[in-house]
Amino acid sequence: MMARLTSVSALEVLIKDILSRRDPQKTKVSVCSGTGCRAYDSEKVIDSLKAQLLHDGLNEKVEVVTTGCHGFCELGPVMVIYPDHTSYFKIKTEDVGDIISETLAQGKLVDRLLYVDQEGNVQAKEDDIPFYKYQNRVVFGNNQLIDPENIEDYLALDGYQALATCLGSLSPEEVLEIVKKANLRGRGGGGFPAGQKWEATRNAPGDVKYVIVNADEGDPGAYMDRSILEGNPHSVLEGMLIGAYAIGAHKGFIYIRQEYPLAVEHLNRAIEQMLELGLLGENILGTGFNFEISVHRGAGAFVSGESSALMSSIEGKVGEPRPKYIRTSISGVHGCPSDLNNVETWANVPVIINKGVDWFTSIGTEGSKGTKIFSLVGKVNNTGLVEVPMGMSLQDIIFKIGGGIPNGKKFKAVQTGGPSGGVIPEEMLDLPVDFDALDKVGSMMGSGGMIVMDEDTCMVDVAKYFLEFLADESCGKCVPCREGITQMLHILKMVCAGEGQPGDLELLEEVAAMTKDCSLCALGQSAPNPVLSSLRYFHAEYEAHVNEKCCPAHVCKDLITYHIDPAKCKGCGKCLRNCPVNAISGEKKEPHDIDLEKCTKCDTCFLVCPPKFRAVTKLSGNETLPVSDV
Amino acid sequence: MSQLSMTINGQQVQVTEGMTILEASREAGIYIPTLCHNENLESYGSCRICVVEIGEGERKKIVASCLYNVSEGLVVETETEKINNYRRIILNLLMHRWDKIPVELLERYGAKRDDRFVDNMTYCILCGLCVRFCREIKGANVLGFIGRGTIRQVVIFPNQAAKYCANSCPHEMECLDYCPTGVISSSYYGSRPADGQPLPHAHPICINEDINILEILERVGNV
Repeated sequence: MMARLTSVSALEVLIKDILSRRDPQKTKVSVCSGTGCRAYDSEKVIDSLKAQLLHDGLNEKVEVVTTGCHGFCELGPVMVIYPDHTSYFKIKTEDVGDIISETLAQGKLVDRLLYVDQEGNVQAKEDDIPFYKYQNRVVFGNNQLIDPENIEDYLALDGYQALATCLGSLSPEEVLEIVKKANLRGRGGGGFPAGQKWEATRNAPGDVKYVIVNADEGDPGAYMDRSILEGNPHSVLEGMLIGAYAIGAHKGFIYIRQEYPLAVEHLNRAIEQMLELGLLGENILGTGFNFEISVHRGAGAFVSGESSALMSSIEGKVGEPRPKYIRTSISGVHGCPSDLNNVETWANVPVIINKGVDWFTSIGTEGSKGTKIFSLVGKVNNTGLVEVPMGMSLQDIIFKIGGGIPNGKKFKAVQTGGPSGGVIPEEMLDLPVDFDALDKVGSMMGSGGMIVMDEDTCMVDVAKYFLEFLADESCGKCVPCREGITQMLHILKMVCAGEGQPGDLELLEEVAAMTKDCSLCALGQSAPNPVLSSLRYFHAEYEAHVNEKCCPAHVCKDLITYHIDPAKCKGCGKCLRNCPVNAISGEKKEPHDIDLEKCTKCDTCFLVCPPKFRAVTKLSGNETLPVSDV
Repeated sequence: MSQLSMTINGQQVQVTEGMTILEASREAGIYIPTLCHNENLESYGSCRICVVEIGEGERKKIVASCLYNVSEGLVVETETEKINNYRRIILNLLMHRWDKIPVELLERYGAKRDDRFVDNMTYCILCGLCVRFCREIKGANVLGFIGRGTIRQVVIFPNQAAKYCANSCPHEMECLDYCPTGVISSSYYGSRPADGQPLPHAHPICINEDINILEILERVGNV
């Protein structure tokens, strides 16, 4: 049990004490235990590591830190050994023995666990690995240095220094001014300047004000907020306290998805520790500032991430957006002025206070300052969370950091901003990624989802996927969103099924325009984006579906047929044996044939045909088998 | 409440602060269609057919007139080409839930059935008038919504009905008068819609297919 801190100087004494007990040269092994690496059994690796260190008598010399997400999820479980920054990937429990006997005992590298890039270059140190080298991990970098359940780890890295500065030597107006000058824009979707929101809430009439953390991250494939909360919950809580101080709020809510159990656990643990240390509650650090937090778990409705719906949900009502044209900074939770910012936005606040406005505004573009975390997923070699300065080009993010497209496939498009965002084609890869640039091309920053698609992706199918998501997740209250999505989805399904008709694309555009302009909340207003942006950049692909009944990417099942190229088939029988419906026939060493009547287009034959033959071919529309050279 | 001056369709009008654009327009004799609005109930903003354009030039935007409050100098256009087109599309969409939308409304905006849309003929347009009447006027909460997105529907909660219907509406189910499509009355009387159309599979007023409002009302002695 730590003693309650009663003054700003007591916090400084505590931090000095923590630092005096730490030796920066001590060997420290940081193992990721975020949700991604846990799926790869990183917890077992950690247990085994600790047990063997104890057995070998090295437990005093080597410190093992169980951390949150490091970001390089593709190669989990991930380990970094300090002070050398040696990085190991894809660690299994069987590797632990070698890590101890080679690296920890003798300082030698275990080659098989090192990073090897696509060209075969080996990199031992984290900073030399391209995935990390081009990032600027201002918010996310501390994740791998911190045990999220140990507040001392956070304190040792300037934790709560920003809060102490604010409470101890800055007035709320001065804090507000700093955040305004930093031009910190909301990382959750809209990119609205946080300082302006704070100011509006501060100036709104009413004595009771609230600050809220929006941790209802729901975009498919996006998990940066989750990873911040799992790995570094105090950074968000500190930001929130600073915001509350600037705004004049004494109560805060954290609205977090029920589906994020580890984040909830770490958050609750962090709050307990703050209460213990007197960083929450009455008279925080003896400055007279009071603040309490309640954690509210969302029940899994995507629309509850919309600010007014989220506030309704906090009040115990159905999470539906409020129709009124009144900002939540004027009338939010229980009608009180309420400031809502997302997780990543809050986590930026302590960094801005500690490092200053000039430092923060030196990163990024004219209109978008600082960094942004993206979840780089889909058809990309280095799947993971990446934090880059605003303004980095899509090209650099996807190819330099992401390592390009797997299996030698061609890049086709990248989808940013989740279901409310849009697709961006290859011609725009040099687009600098910031709030305004993405808006301009018909997509959006959103919360930072970035789904990479290769040539085997059908853009009509992608639009259909996102509308299916939205059809489930719309609250269903207003006609443009509910009925608009229903019918747009219906038309897309017909187009994908080969039942598209002339005029369908115009009709889609017409309904999309109405849904965009007339819907009640931001979910509906942005719902047509996946359709509109894919129509804009991939019109020919839509036309092929409608006019030629052809899916050029060979994805839409109703528009493709499977064939075996007799010139390539060597009659190995692999497809024949694997076909679940016995649609394939043929004698050994003779070209096989697929009975199209029986074929269910399950793709098995295509997948099992040995790469050296590639005899199974998908055809769509008027495509024919290539004429044999033989 | 002070008087304000604003412009609707180029016409200068004096209005009272706190009014919505819809109220101001109707007071000035300017027509704006509505489907989910009722002056006894709080504005709900779900049908969006009352959208209008406000502002001028580059700063024009589209708002729901039933919710947007008037302000000094506000410029409103109620029937621009864009607005009328959106109303047409909204009506086209709704015709696939309710094929008896008043003809005058359809003709005014040139709405007609689009064969490319899929039918979901529930006769309930989810305007929420019955739900809101029950809650706001009767304080009863017998009716409510379940489901979200495209499967949202109006339901009656049997326990609430047993508790409140007889006392709240002793003579007849007053929510029936609020239903613009008549789907509630048809389920109330256990009959089919007047033109012999079959009722949809998902009976909008039933919490599940086994419990009919008529049975509930019989149980509470309200019929």
